[in-house]
Amino acid sequence: MSKEKNGKEIVCTMISGRTLEQAKEMHSGKNSKSYSEAVGKVYVSPLLLNELGLAEGEKIVLKSSFGRAEARAYVDPGLPHFVVFIPMGPVANLLVGYETEGTGMPSFKGVQVEVCGAC
Amino acid sequence: MLVIKGGQVYDPINGINGETKDIWIEGGKIVESLGHIPQDVTVIDALGMIVMPGGIDIHAHIAGSKVNTGRKLCPEDHYEHFRMAKGGLRSGVGFTVPTTFLTGYKYAEMGYTTVVEAASAPIVTRHTYEELEDMPILDKAILITLGNNELLMDRIAMGEMDEARDLVAWLLKSAGGYGVKVVNPGGVENWKWGGNVTSWDDEVKYFNLSPRKITKALIKIADELGLPHPVHLHGINLGLPGSDITTAEIIKDACGRLHLCHLQFLSYGKDKKGRMCSGGSYIANLVNEHPNVTLDVGQIVFGNATTMTSDGPLEYRIQKMTGHKWCNDDVECETGGGIVPLEYKITSLSSAIQWITGMELFLLVKDPWSIALTTDHPNAGPFFCYPQIIRLLMDRDYRNYFISLLPPRAFRGSVLKDLDREYSLYEIAIITRAAQAKILGLANKGHLGIGADADVSIYAPENFGKRQCICRFKHCRRALDFPSWVIKGGEVVVKDGVVLNEVPSVVFRVVPSHDESIKDKIREEFEKYYTISFDNYPVQEDYLKNTKEVICG
Amino acid sequence: MLTKAKDVVCTFCGCLCDDIILTLDENRIVRVERACANGMGLFKNYNPDLLSPKIRGKEASWEKAIKEASEILSSAKYPLIYGLSSTSSEAQRVSVKLAEALGASIDSTSSVCHGPTGLAMQFVGEPTCTLGEIKNRADLLIFWGCNPIVSHSRHFARYSVMPKGRFVQDGRKGRKMVVIDVRLTQTARVADVFLQVKPGGDFELLVALKALVKGKSLDAVEAGGISTKVLQELVTDMKACRYGMIFFGMGLTMTKGRDLNVRELFSLVKELNDHTKFSALPMRGHGNVTGADQVMSWLCGYPFAVNFSKGYPRYGPGEFSVVDLLCNKETDALLVLASDPVAHLPSKAVDHIMEIPTIVIDPAESLSAKKATVYFPTAMYGVDCEGTAYRMDGVPLRLKAPMKGNRPSDEEVLEAILEGVRRC
Repeated sequence: MSKEKNGKEIVCTMISGRTLEQAKEMHSGKNSKSYSEAVGKVYVSPLLLNELGLAEGEKIVLKSSFGRAEARAYVDPGLPHFVVFIPMGPVANLLVGYETEGTGMPSFKGVQVEVCGAC
Repeated sequence: MLVIKGGQVYDPINGINGETKDIWIEGGKIVESLGHIPQDVTVIDALGMIVMPGGIDIHAHIAGSKVNTGRKLCPEDHYEHFRMAKGGLRSGVGFTVPTTFLTGYKYAEMGYTTVVEAASAPIVTRHTYEELEDMPILDKAILITLGNNELLMDRIAMGEMDEARDLVAWLLKSAGGYGVKVVNPGGVENWKWGGNVTSWDDEVKYFNLSPRKITKALIKIADELGLPHPVHLHGINLGLPGSDITTAEIIKDACGRLHLCHLQFLSYGKDKKGRMCSGGSYIANLVNEHPNVTLDVGQIVFGNATTMTSDGPLEYRIQKMTGHKWCNDDVECETGGGIVPLEYKITSLSSAIQWITGMELFLLVKDPWSIALTTDHPNAGPFFCYPQIIRLLMDRDYRNYFISLLPPRAFRGSVLKDLDREYSLYEIAIITRAAQAKILGLANKGHLGIGADADVSIYAPENFGKRQCICRFKHCRRALDFPSWVIKGGEVVVKDGVVLNEVPSVVFRVVPSHDESIKDKIREEFEKYYTISFDNYPVQEDYLKNTKEVICG
Repeated sequence: MLTKAKDVVCTFCGCLCDDIILTLDENRIVRVERACANGMGLFKNYNPDLLSPKIRGKEASWEKAIKEASEILSSAKYPLIYGLSSTSSEAQRVSVKLAEALGASIDSTSSVCHGPTGLAMQFVGEPTCTLGEIKNRADLLIFWGCNPIVSHSRHFARYSVMPKGRFVQDGRKGRKMVVIDVRLTQTARVADVFLQVKPGGDFELLVALKALVKGKSLDAVEAGGISTKVLQELVTDMKACRYGMIFFGMGLTMTKGRDLNVRELFSLVKELNDHTKFSALPMRGHGNVTGADQVMSWLCGYPFAVNFSKGYPRYGPGEFSVVDLLCNKETDALLVLASDPVAHLPSKAVDHIMEIPTIVIDPAESLSAKKATVYFPTAMYGVDCEGTAYRMDGVPLRLKAPMKGNRPSDEEVLEAILEGVRRC
């Protein structure tokens, strides 16, 4: 497990969802390395990456009130400044809420997370 | 071999009216008496009991896409009405829209053994078949909705009647259907643009057609194909005051056999002030003059109901009226659909008028062979309330008591209070069995003659009120309920009002002969307008294993 | 020798494209035509060879595995059957029978995709249509919180944006396309209009739209992060179109508000029907998740989250739903049918799965299968076994088996377990 880089933690909203790559790698098997890589990514806005002082491919630590996860940062210019996106899968699931508010549905999207770089 | 001994038999098709007679059963059929009863024969002692053919329901919504949406839509319909899994039988829930197994059991526990699913769009009939596999005991048939079928309307509009006929035949075969259902012809097509039709000569938008042309074309086609059951029509303006006028028009205009379903809903008059009133007597008189026309009533039962129909614009209107939850489902190239749950209240003027209209049809249509008892389940009420309706028809005192409960204003223009007709058991056997089978064209159903399917229900009159109806309507009284025995296909399925076990059942369908080249003629259009492959459209053999073809002609 | 199979149904997603052409060589798929990348993967990577079941990771005979699974289930006090959405409705029907026999809970992946849509429908209803109506009529398409280019890749081409229909003869040119999402997705990039809603702002946006449709004015400059002026333009388009359509996805069901978002969306569409024709359709993900809803509805009366402990079906979203049952540590044995909860449920739920005996029935050795006490490698529905599946709009299709089946099907394994349970 990597340690958090010293510096500020930035509060963001995390959403998870399907990606083409995640779906494709699912077919080659969820036990494959390429699947782990596909779901071990976090997409961030260029501004956020810059503020975190990171380059693409470097590790980010994310913390929510439900858990902690690490993922490699990639840029998605379509994301709002403080929204991060993680492909659905085991990494995102470390952060999502499990309270279903009587519906059965946990919060897979719209989870508040603190992000910072990892060292 | 099974012998039902010493019961009073009501078998109108064979003219048997309450005579004491033994019924002999072997190999799932009614057979000749052997004269003496051999040792190894099962004997049911029916002394003092009423013996009838198994009940038949010509029009109910029991399975398929729309019904299932109704189940899903209304969990509150199910919570208090459940059956536990026991003795090899399955569990289920539901009041107005029971789950599939429960539907089969509840019909059987009322003495019914054959039920027709009244509307299935061909493209989703695979679904209907799947559900019917999970509905034991009952023999079934499926009517397919063709009154707004676009490929068909194209042909009727162009006057290509041979192609239209071949297409109807091919659609019946492909869907595994039994008959042609027509629902608000042209109105459902217009609803796909938010519109409707209000007269038989309104324009069906973009099709250069009218509801009248569609209906008459289909009546003719059904006749030419020799379908066992004529066009099964849910006409226009259903539920509206003044629908009696449009209904009368089509009765007069139909050249050929025509079955008018849940006619109660289409027989409302409008008085001079524009208020709704019963048009039951007006329509009943017309039916009396037109022997080519048959009907089922769709009688209102007070209490909860779930309205569900292919008549999309109707459900939109009910939703606007009630503010209740509303489902709509437009089905590509074929039909529409809608669902709204509602309650018929005995204190409500319009519900009372609806009830009166149905009763007038029952009591004023003279020939019981032209009328069938239904509630258009679950539209006017759930099927398991049939015994209440039977009681109302047989027992004038009960009916008069019931009438006294209704708002007096509901009787404006009604003759119901003056009617003292009481149905005999023989007549009840006609409207719940014999006429239903005749109208459907099911030669082996609805009677107990030699060679008939051995579907028999046996009732002890002292048990009629034994089962408290789950409708919890405090004024509910029942007749012809709680069968002591029900035999389906020669096997005992119900004893003392309760299902014992499941038996195999079949789905009836027709395969009218037609020019096979119709497939090549429609393939291209089909692939242009539908979203599934042409060759994937017909219901595959896998679903038709338990079907039985009824021969046309 | 090469053989071809035509009109094959692809079961990857709720689109159930049924025009796939496969070329087979000695029971191996060597060519896949017309499928999207996802569908391609489904067919191409599939190896139909018979594999042995595994008990605690070690190969075992089918008999032993069935016996082990039956014992686990019948000795459990509170078993759960979960998944259902990637198998045929025939197998789903047997799974309900098994749940009934066990007095178990049964839940489908609906509870973590469009379960909230089902709840919303139970409150306000659902004005909807089949996909062909959209192809033939829709001139306004709104995609809300969904990204079909990624999740339902051929949706545009077959059903919604591109096709020429009976009354939309110009195809794409005859339709206006609007995307509402929190991020500029690939779908949003090809839209005529993109409205970027702020995260968690969907409900507010829906309420504002409904107010505008009702002719009320808004006492605000924006709603959900979108200016009132833009919303007014959208409402004008909505009222002016001939046949409008909203496709929506997990952007509404998985985010704050959940079922309330969808309730508001269905209410909005209901309202729009006073002005023009409008429908809505959830973008159902798994190939037969719609079938799971259907089968559970006709057998249990409820679409998901059902419990049989009293001998009849009881409904309990939030109580009998998979995440709740697992996170509350109530489940003491889990049967997974054609799903991968270890990969897709919140980690707290996964932690409990690791603690209890599990049985996994799946063609592929998923993460859940890897951890299973008993794992059954079964045939893949629509590839080497037949069955029925329901498209996202409820249209049922027959699944062929273009490949020769060597493995048992899901329903065969379930029936065997049911037999085993009865003997226990």
